[in-house]
Amino acid sequence: MSERAVLYSRSRWLDAVGALGVIAMGFTVWLGLWVTPPDKFQGNLARLLYIHPAIATVALYWVGIVAAGGSLLYLWPRTRSFFWDRLAASAVEVGAVFSALTLVTGSLWGRPVWGVWWTWDARLTSTALLLLLEIGYLALRRVPAEPAVRARRCAVAALLIAIDIPIVHFSVDWWNTLHQGGTFLDPGFKIHASASMSWTFLLGFIALSLIFVWLLGMRYQIEVLQDAVGDQELEVSLTERWSEDTELVGVGAGEGEPTPGGGAP
Amino acid sequence: MWHDAVLVAGKDLRIEARSRVGLWQVVPFALLVLVLLAFAIGPDQAALRHAAPGIFWVALLFSTVLAIQRSVAVESGEGTRDGLRLSGIDPAGIFLGKAAAVGLQLLVLQLVLWAGVTFLFDVRVHVVWLAVSACVLATIGLACAGVLYGALSAGLRVRDTLLPLLVLPVLAPVLLAGSKAWEAALNGNASSGTQWLKILVPFAVIYLVVGIVLYGPLQEAA
Repeated sequence: MSERAVLYSRSRWLDAVGALGVIAMGFTVWLGLWVTPPDKFQGNLARLLYIHPAIATVALYWVGIVAAGGSLLYLWPRTRSFFWDRLAASAVEVGAVFSALTLVTGSLWGRPVWGVWWTWDARLTSTALLLLLEIGYLALRRVPAEPAVRARRCAVAALLIAIDIPIVHFSVDWWNTLHQGGTFLDPGFKIHASASMSWTFLLGFIALSLIFVWLLGMRYQIEVLQDAVGDQELEVSLTERWSEDTELVGVGAGEGEPTPGGGAP
Repeated sequence: MWHDAVLVAGKDLRIEARSRVGLWQVVPFALLVLVLLAFAIGPDQAALRHAAPGIFWVALLFSTVLAIQRSVAVESGEGTRDGLRLSGIDPAGIFLGKAAAVGLQLLVLQLVLWAGVTFLFDVRVHVVWLAVSACVLATIGLACAGVLYGALSAGLRVRDTLLPLLVLPVLAPVLLAGSKAWEAALNGNASSGTQWLKILVPFAVIYLVVGIVLYGPLQEAA
């Protein structure tokens, strides 16, 4: 796709995913707040669980797969393309938002259930560390550099973070734990919920996954636009510089010292 | 690779021996952290004894950041990094050499810190082998991860502020496992401490292997 086409086109499928995500989220909210009954033990607090595990799944698994996969494919010489670099960077940025949301929704739930906003529970702690690692990556991303250099540096950083996350998870898990076991990976997990509750739970997963894909796509487009603007600015300033130089040479020919590089801009 | 590693480590250590930055800046800084954290906790001897393993490892972690910055700084002169890259030395050898140099300095630093906590907080290590193996394993992990992140931030103008932000969350598992192992070593509870070595061993091995593989591409990116 040409640069101009990227600048002025909005991808149809992305709009469709966004619309579907928003509709699904609307249904989740409606089902979660009005249709489903309150939980036997937790009352209305359980309603937060229609979105919290879904947000955490996006923050950890979807983001992890896209960011690590994109970085690996960028570093692999055969598949090297800025597409993967931009995709991985977009995933980490969206991931930071979802990690923060995981912490916020978790705290909101923890305050009435555990009695505190924050506790040094294994999952809370490792999610907080994940957020800090993501912020570090984004800080590295913002350091100005040649696109290829930045892409390589960020890809390595993303892979190092991906390697670190399981270690962080295990160490913190051993360190202290209060949280319930994993919802998906716990083999003994059985749903003791009414049908409407299970469907709302599932719909929440679908809605947030769609929203993730939508945000990822939007962020990717912004990344493309930013790069295009950067290239354009560089071209404009180069042209200006060239014309300055030719003028200087023209004027300075009689005065003795035309500097080829020109003065400070 | 090994020969190159020895050359690079020798070069870094010689520079350290001559400049004495480690001796006059990093070691006093580590002791300063010990004293400052003791101030923050208060003069209660029991509380200090309880906090001693954590204080030891926090001081070590902060000093590691300084040691890494120093290790990057010796290559930051005009064209030094390019010179090293063009010298034909295997990137894996450079990585291992720099990690070995940082690791050796960290080991010396830990001896000083060990003496510091013993003297200041009146603690005694009951299971010496546990404390020593935690220190050695952690040193390998800290040095390897640190040198990798040092290479990642090399050549950046914002290196000094970016490096701690990047590397400290990554080193958090070492802090956790190290302090827990030390706590067990201080309490004479060897069996609960060995569990934490299971975090330190994979951390060291993973960053050693990843460093050997990724240092080349990283060097090109810097």
